[in-house]
Amino acid sequence: MNRRALGRLRDLGVLALLLGYAGPYFWQVLTSLKPEAELLSLPPILPSRITWEHYRVVVEQSLIPRSLVNSLGVAVLTTVLALALGLLAAYAIARLPVPGKRLILLGIVAGSAFPQIATVSPLYLLMRALDLRDTWAGLVLANTSFALPLVIWLLAGFIAEIPEAVEQAAALDGASRFQVFRYVLLPLVAPGMASAALLTFLFSWNEFLFAYTFTATEASRTVPVALALFPGVFEVPWGDIAAASILASLPPILVVAVMQRYLIRGLLAGSLKE
Amino acid sequence: MTPRTRAARREGLVYLAPALCALGALTVYPALWVIWLSLQERMPIFGIERFEGLRNYLFLAVDPRFWSAARVTIVFTLASVALEVLLGLGVALLLRQQQLGRKLALGLLLLAWALPAVVTAKMFEWLYHPAAGLVNFLLGGRQINWLGDPALALPGLILADVWRTIPFVALLCYARLLGIPAALYEGAEVDGAGRWAIFRFVTVPMLRRILLIAALFRTLDALRAFDLMFVLTRGGPAGTTETLTLYAYRSLFQTLQIGFGSAVGVVVFALVMAVAWAYLAAQRDEDTAG
Repeated sequence: MNRRALGRLRDLGVLALLLGYAGPYFWQVLTSLKPEAELLSLPPILPSRITWEHYRVVVEQSLIPRSLVNSLGVAVLTTVLALALGLLAAYAIARLPVPGKRLILLGIVAGSAFPQIATVSPLYLLMRALDLRDTWAGLVLANTSFALPLVIWLLAGFIAEIPEAVEQAAALDGASRFQVFRYVLLPLVAPGMASAALLTFLFSWNEFLFAYTFTATEASRTVPVALALFPGVFEVPWGDIAAASILASLPPILVVAVMQRYLIRGLLAGSLKE
Repeated sequence: MTPRTRAARREGLVYLAPALCALGALTVYPALWVIWLSLQERMPIFGIERFEGLRNYLFLAVDPRFWSAARVTIVFTLASVALEVLLGLGVALLLRQQQLGRKLALGLLLLAWALPAVVTAKMFEWLYHPAAGLVNFLLGGRQINWLGDPALALPGLILADVWRTIPFVALLCYARLLGIPAALYEGAEVDGAGRWAIFRFVTVPMLRRILLIAALFRTLDALRAFDLMFVLTRGGPAGTTETLTLYAYRSLFQTLQIGFGSAVGVVVFALVMAVAWAYLAAQRDEDTAG
C-alpha cells in the first residue's frame, strides 16, 4: 500500500473515531424516534419503525415550546445588551486615555471568574426586591452581567488589533469621531462582534443556575430548566425527554454549524491574549 | 494635561460607565454582599436575620457533609481536568494531520460542546440506564446500575463532563498546532530527530502555554460546575457526587438557610480565586525568569 492510501485510511479512521465520540447524541436522536414499546428493550439497536409520536407529545402537551420562546428571547436580548455595553466599554479601553485602565481591565477579568453559586443568593434577594423574579428582564440582566467581561475582553482585543492609522486618516479627512466609529471602525470589528455575539448567545441559551433559581412559571422558564423539570407521571418518559432534548439542542447546534469560523476565532482570542 | 486629552478622558469614562454600572450592580455588589450574608444567620421563612460573625464558617470546619463535598469537588476537578487535557491534546494531534473531511471532523467534535449541560445530563442518564442503557448493552448485556452505585456514580459523572469539554481543549490545542511554523519541524528533521524527539522537543514546548491556559479555564469551570451533577446524579447516591456547589444550592434554596448557604458559596469563590491567583503568579514568575 502506498503512503497516500495509508493517509486516506488514517483519515477515515479518525472520522470513524469522532463519529463514535458524537455517538451519544445520535443515540438520543434515535431514542426520540423509537416507538414507546421498544424503548426499554435492547437489543435490537434499530427500531422496527420511525415514529414522530414523542415530538408530537412534547410540542402539544409540554411546556417545551413555550420555554423555547423564552430561551430565544432571553438569549437574543442578552446578546444585544451585552454587545452594546461591551462595545462602548471596549472602545474606551482600546482607544481612549481612561485613568486606571489596567485596574479596570484586571477587575473585568477577575469578574469573569466569579462563580455563579457565590453570587446567586445576593442576586436572588436583589431580584426579589426589584420584583424581577420570573421575568425575562431579570434573566437578561443576570446573564448580561455574566457575559459582559468576556465580551469586553474580546472586543477590546479585536479593536486594539486594528491599526489606529486607519482612523486617523479618516479623521484628517474631516470625519467626526462618531463617523470614524460608525464607518471605519465598526465594519472592521464586525467579525470580532460576531464571535462575541455567538459566545454570548450560547452561554445564555445553555445557562441553568440563574434560570432555575430566578424563574417560577412558564412565563420565563428557559428550555434547560423545562428539560430538567420534565414531568413523568408513572415512569420516566425517556422517548419524550429525548425529543425534548433534541429540540433544546437544535438552536445552539445550528448556530455553531453556521458560525463555526467565528466560534474558533472567539475561543482563541479569549484565551490567547493576556 | 491639554483640554483635548481631558475631553478624551471624559469621553472614555462616559463610554465605560454603562458597562461598569452593570458589572458593579450585578457582579461586584453581589460578590461583596454574599460575604456579608455568610456572616449571618438568615432564614426568611422564620423571619430570622441576625449577625453571627464567623459561626457559619466554624460550623463548616467540623461539618462532615462539607468535607465530603469538598473532597468530591477536588476529585471531580482533578480527574476531569486531567482527562480532558490529555484527550483534548490527543484529538488535536490527530486533527492536525487530517486531510480528508476536516470540516466534518471539526463539526462532529464541536457537537458535544454546543449542547446545554442539562441535555448532556439527560443523555447520559439514559446511556447509563441499568436495563436499557447503551453502555450496559455495549458491555455485553450487563445490568450495572451506574448512577445508583456509590463507587460508580462519580466516575460516571466525570465521564460525562470529560465528554462535553474535550472539544474546548482540543480546539485550543489544534489552533496552536496550526500556528507552529513548519520550518521548526523541517529543521528538526534535517538534524535527524526522530518522531518522538520532534514531539518531545518541538511540539510539547510550543503547546506548553496553551495547555496551561486550557487547564486553568477547565479547572475554574470544574470547581464552579453545577448543572451537570444537579441533573445527572442530584448529588447521590448517598452524597457521593455532592459537590460544594450542590451543597451550597441545597442550603440556600431547599433548606432555605441563606446565611449558611452563602458561606459555602464563599468557599467556592475563595477556591476559584486562589486557583486563578496561583496561575497568574506562576505566569509572572515565568515571564520574569524567561
